[in-house]
Amino acid sequence: MIAYIVRRLLHAVPILVGVNLITFALFFFVNSPDDMARIHLGVKRVTPEAIAKWKEDRGFNRPLFYNAAAAGADKVADTIFFRHSVRLFAGDFGRSEDGRDIRREIFQRMWPSVAIALPTFAVGILVYITFAMLLAFFRGTYLDAWGVVACVGMMSVSTLFYVIGGQYLVSKLWHLVPISGYDAGGLHALKFLALPVIVGVVSGVGSSTRLYRSFFLEEIGKDYVRTARAKGLSEPRVLFRHVLGNALIPILTGVVVVIPLLFVGSLIMESFFGIPGLGSYTIDAITSQDFFVVRAMVFLGAVLYIVGLILTDISYSLADPRVRLE
Amino acid sequence: MPFQLVFLWTDVLIYVLLAAVIGFGLYAARHEHLRAPWRLVARRPLAAAAAVVLAAYAAVGLLDSFHFHARLAGGDGRYSAEVRSLLDVLAAPLRARTEKTYSAPFATHAYTKETVEHPDGRVAREYPRLEHGGAHLEDPGGRAADIAARAALATLAGLGLWAVAVAGLVALRRRRGETPASVWRRFARGEDEIPWRTLLVTLGVVLVLAANAVGLSFYYHVFGTDQVGQDVFYRSLKSVRTGLVIGTLTTLVMLPFALLFGIAAGYFRGWVDNIIQYFYTTLNSIPWVLLVAASILSLQVYMANNPEAFNTTAERADMRLLFLCLIMGVTSWTGLCRLLRGETFKLREGDYVQAARALGASHGAIMARHLLPNVMHIVLITVVLDFSSLVLAEAVLSYVGVGVDPTMESWGNMINGARLEMAREPMVWWSLTAAFVFMFGLVLAANLFADAVRDAFDPRLRK
Amino acid sequence: MGQTNSYRRALLLLALAALSCNARAEWNNPYPAAEEGKNILYTAFRERPKHLDPARAYSSNEYDFIAQIYEPPFQYHYLKRPYALAPLTAVALPRPAYLDTQSRRLPPDAPPAAVAYSVYEIRIRPGIYYQPHPAFARDAAGKLLYHALDERALAGKYAIADFPRTGTRELVAADYVYQIKRLAHPKLHSPILSVMGEYIVGMKDYAATLTRAYADVAGGREDGVYLDLARYPLAGAEAVDRYTYRVKIRGVYPQIRYWMAMPFFAPMPPEAERFFSQPGMQARNLTLDWYPVGTGAYMLTVNDPNRRMVLERNPNYHDEFYPRAGEPADAGRGLLADAGKRLPLIDKVVFSREKEGIPYWNKFLQGYYDRSAVLTESFDQAVRLTGSGDTDVTESMKQKGIRLLTSVAASTYYLGFNMLDPVVGGYGERARKLRQAVSIAIDYEEQISIFRNGRGIAAQGPLPPGIFGYEDGCAGSNPHVYDCVRGVPRRKPIEFARRLLSEAGYPDGRDARTGAPLTLYFETAATGPEEKARLDWMRKQLQKLNVQLEVRATDYNRFQEKMRKGDAQLFEWGWNADYPDPENFLFLLYGPNRKVGADGENAANYDNPEFNRLFERMKNMENGPERLAIIRRMLDVARRDAPWAWGVHPKLFTLEHAWVLNAKPNNMANNTLKYLRLEPAPRARDRAAWNRPVLWPVAAVLLLLAAGAAPAVIAYRRRERTVRR
Repeated sequence: MIAYIVRRLLHAVPILVGVNLITFALFFFVNSPDDMARIHLGVKRVTPEAIAKWKEDRGFNRPLFYNAAAAGADKVADTIFFRHSVRLFAGDFGRSEDGRDIRREIFQRMWPSVAIALPTFAVGILVYITFAMLLAFFRGTYLDAWGVVACVGMMSVSTLFYVIGGQYLVSKLWHLVPISGYDAGGLHALKFLALPVIVGVVSGVGSSTRLYRSFFLEEIGKDYVRTARAKGLSEPRVLFRHVLGNALIPILTGVVVVIPLLFVGSLIMESFFGIPGLGSYTIDAITSQDFFVVRAMVFLGAVLYIVGLILTDISYSLADPRVRLE
Repeated sequence: MPFQLVFLWTDVLIYVLLAAVIGFGLYAARHEHLRAPWRLVARRPLAAAAAVVLAAYAAVGLLDSFHFHARLAGGDGRYSAEVRSLLDVLAAPLRARTEKTYSAPFATHAYTKETVEHPDGRVAREYPRLEHGGAHLEDPGGRAADIAARAALATLAGLGLWAVAVAGLVALRRRRGETPASVWRRFARGEDEIPWRTLLVTLGVVLVLAANAVGLSFYYHVFGTDQVGQDVFYRSLKSVRTGLVIGTLTTLVMLPFALLFGIAAGYFRGWVDNIIQYFYTTLNSIPWVLLVAASILSLQVYMANNPEAFNTTAERADMRLLFLCLIMGVTSWTGLCRLLRGETFKLREGDYVQAARALGASHGAIMARHLLPNVMHIVLITVVLDFSSLVLAEAVLSYVGVGVDPTMESWGNMINGARLEMAREPMVWWSLTAAFVFMFGLVLAANLFADAVRDAFDPRLRK
Repeated sequence: MGQTNSYRRALLLLALAALSCNARAEWNNPYPAAEEGKNILYTAFRERPKHLDPARAYSSNEYDFIAQIYEPPFQYHYLKRPYALAPLTAVALPRPAYLDTQSRRLPPDAPPAAVAYSVYEIRIRPGIYYQPHPAFARDAAGKLLYHALDERALAGKYAIADFPRTGTRELVAADYVYQIKRLAHPKLHSPILSVMGEYIVGMKDYAATLTRAYADVAGGREDGVYLDLARYPLAGAEAVDRYTYRVKIRGVYPQIRYWMAMPFFAPMPPEAERFFSQPGMQARNLTLDWYPVGTGAYMLTVNDPNRRMVLERNPNYHDEFYPRAGEPADAGRGLLADAGKRLPLIDKVVFSREKEGIPYWNKFLQGYYDRSAVLTESFDQAVRLTGSGDTDVTESMKQKGIRLLTSVAASTYYLGFNMLDPVVGGYGERARKLRQAVSIAIDYEEQISIFRNGRGIAAQGPLPPGIFGYEDGCAGSNPHVYDCVRGVPRRKPIEFARRLLSEAGYPDGRDARTGAPLTLYFETAATGPEEKARLDWMRKQLQKLNVQLEVRATDYNRFQEKMRKGDAQLFEWGWNADYPDPENFLFLLYGPNRKVGADGENAANYDNPEFNRLFERMKNMENGPERLAIIRRMLDVARRDAPWAWGVHPKLFTLEHAWVLNAKPNNMANNTLKYLRLEPAPRARDRAAWNRPVLWPVAAVLLLLAAGAAPAVIAYRRRERTVRR
């Protein structure tokens, strides 16, 4: 097991190098160092000398990938790409353009993201499984048929509508919770979290319930369920004791991959509700074209995604002893 | 010629797609094993209804995909620099009838007060009459009666059209020796294999709605007007094409890659598989919004540096749309690729593949002849399932600011603009509502249709 | 069945309990309950500030904070109009002493050409102290406590508040000199270094000296480098004694005094810079760029730019009093009620980050922000235009006691023509008429009413109201675009523009020679979907002349790049004044200041010798009839050439609740928070009244869920029964 994880992590290194390469190529195609300098030096009264100085100061006067002027290993090493990439793997994300240490910023902003994403995720799974079980229980009846149609209807509505509608009704008309914002700690924080979590859960009801229902139905169709029923077990007991446990396996192994990514937060939720998490950090960085932050977030996202993949494989092997980690 | 045809990139791709769909349809009609699952789809009443709605959307989208420069008046053979589409011509009254700014659906007066100078020199703040909306009314008080009368007329017209369609169908489906009445009875009772009753009812509803929309929009702004006074109904119609293009072309452009790489990885295994896996894991690990954002920004840079390559706003917007499809294709490509790889893994051990290999068939031939046809159902299911999520994704991307060109009509752009309108008092709700209704209609129909397709084609579900 | 009934009863009870409990308190209050009723001002900021170092900060969202903290020698008088400078830490406004090339003193009325240097001698008030700060903390022996920190001492310290001890020090003239030197610091990239390099004697060489010196001191290190500027003298800035310093300027440049009212010229204690440049500080985000150290009325106590910034009253703040005199109308508006009171009047200011406009506006309406800029979207709700074109708040706002403050900003947004372009540029009659025609066609009055809801005035030239040289009514109107009708300027009819266009060689929008339709290209940095409507409108304007407008929207970077290369045809841009002097606007059209080739701010690349000559004369004059006459001639020249379609001077609307007092819009001064007063009691009352939670929807949702569960339960029972049977 441990050897497997170590090997998978080693496999991750070339992937991360590739991710970094793509980020670099895309970003530097969009933004020449001159552009970055102009953004960060402000709008008014920017002279070419000031730009040249800024580039020199940040080391952006080097070639991007290949330094023909340098000798030996420096041909590759004395470039923007190499100098800025190596540190990433040591967990040093550098500093953002306003001079803040990105790693510290990530640690700070991770918690608001988790505070929204984790409850949304957990409550969501519970609600979706409940609904899916209900539908599976009433399979073949009008309740099930209309339930599925309702699910399809709900998943045909853009998330944006859920957010806009939720804010309008709950906050503006009914004064139940603050319309946006975030505060750490205690009950006071709860009122900021309630609306984004509810909206997040509701917007996922349609697709997830429908998906989980199909997992349940697949399980119900299996022989062992028929055997259990033939033994005279009541329907709820069959559902809870046999079907639920087995249907949970595809559900859980399916969602494991997103668990690490909960730390990165949701771009839309965070920017609509003014949550100072990593999602809004990313959006800010895109709009202000802060290359170092964008790159750090891409890198972090990639790392977490790979961790998620490893976790998925492990959870498969735990759920099904036939699957071996090799 | 009174016009000069323009072929935008997405237009061409749409024609290709259309040709492919028709070709596939003709091919499938002649092969029983392909026809059977489609018959299953057609038997589902909801799927049939969804197909009618989708066809209506597709018709609007296609009308909007024939572009040309109109000839300028003056007779010296010059063409306007503006690109128009067939839909623009049909909806010319809608496009031309712009107000100054916001007005509510069916309104006769503007939404905001303005300083109006009366003929007697008196200056007052009041809601001015609209230039076009309800302008035919002498007395705005008679609006409700007028709308009702016109709606009734339009409904009649719609029903008339429907009757013609029904009569045509009846004539078409009449078996030898059957009276039209009995054919009709057969339809109405749902005795046929195909749920004609649902189909016809849906068709009737669509026709009546369309007739009402057309009839009333000549006299009123049925969905109101936006900030610069454009008819929201017209904007929603124009957005149909954008939504369809994103939903279909994205999968079209990614398909060759997914097929080639997916099958190759599963068939060759070994280092080919490793490289392809590395490739898509890398792409997959980049958060897709960031990837799309970076690519769209790159395109902007390219267009800014080469302005001469894109003469008109329409061309630039089209290029951006195509690019958006491409880049979303790249990000969604990986999912299908993985599915295909897994399926090919299983298939290559199958007897007939082994046999073909023993007979000395080339790798290319095995992949094309034996593997490809057997994974097509996966492709089809993925394509129809992806469609609606792509349409929804467009709205989100517009919100982040990396969606389609701001000059292009799209539901995402409409929703985005509408977010600010919500804060107005009284609220400007009609743009949002229009975008919601049109988008919901398309996505719902697509989802229902996709469900039926999946049920019919997925061998696991078929048993 | 009995069981479901009891469920329902329980739900009903729950709903009733929710209804009755605590229906009075505001559920949606975003602030902790402990802050209720305190003398705290709540406001919002949209963008996180990038720099809080006074040598670097140059945008209004940064000035919102640091202007309250750092005190330059001068400030703008809070109430007086036109804007006038007043001493802040200085004893008085200095008059310059003029010197010739041999540094001999010249009389004050010497001709500008003879003046080689002007020297400003500034005397500051004694007895001003810095805010409490660990950089000043000393131990019992009088040694600075936190100036030799190692990793161990820094453990766990991630904010200034983590240092337990603080100290203070008196403000001295050397601190001002230190800051002027900092403008040339190689690591700070001060945005005004190049401007000041032109004026402050020795500044350019000083920057080179410091770059070399820094490289020596740093020796390749990136962290913990402290360059002691006191060791490197600067010819143009020196301390004379403890409370006096001198600034030496090349030639005559009266505008330098305006610069010296900006935070660039605020004092910086060397201790602070040394404190923050210790090794390990930067890695903990402890930098001078993030933790300002000033003498101002407020100090920054919470610095979380993602969420909240808090300014608190500086306990060491020097004597400063609310002004006793202002404009004649001020007393009637209650603006002199606090005259002579010691500032600041509010204890604490909480800035919350609010990125989206809608939450910002709604929280203002709910009473959770005390002041708000008016958003276009909410304009109709907030403001109504009275008959005479004036504005006032609507009835619903009035009932809430909300007041509206309006002022025309010292800025201008314009549509420029690139004078280097072969079609729209050039100084011939053809291109001029084309430009004039376009200027008439773009109906800025309509744009203001649709997109700005009347928040702006159509520009007649580059100068906005409130700047010397601006004239009202027909006298100041642009005769090439406006007619004077009954004493009011009115945009010329579109037919006139069509005629001009046809005289320019484009009858009916088509080239008379080739017959090709005229297409113009419009560069803009407006790429967002929310800009679509405005760009559509722009196209519509040229459509009136049958001219096609192709919009080329790119990001701001690319836009700037194009402007620098002169690749544009039509473009839109804007300018915010640095100081209230006409020179700061007219230099935007001064030839040697053009964008292409000279990298100046003249983006239209307008270069008219007559205009240039007049500009050079006008530049350094004192305001007076002679200067006005020259400005009028300059405006005539520019209006005829029409290098810009003079666009819009935006009006700023601010709304404030009844409990905020003493606010008067001042577009030049940024340090205005200290004048505001607050009445917490009415605020608490109104907030409670406006935010009663509406609970029936909660009950309704619960009931709905219960009602939805009922058929499920029934169906379940029926099924159970059939299974059992």
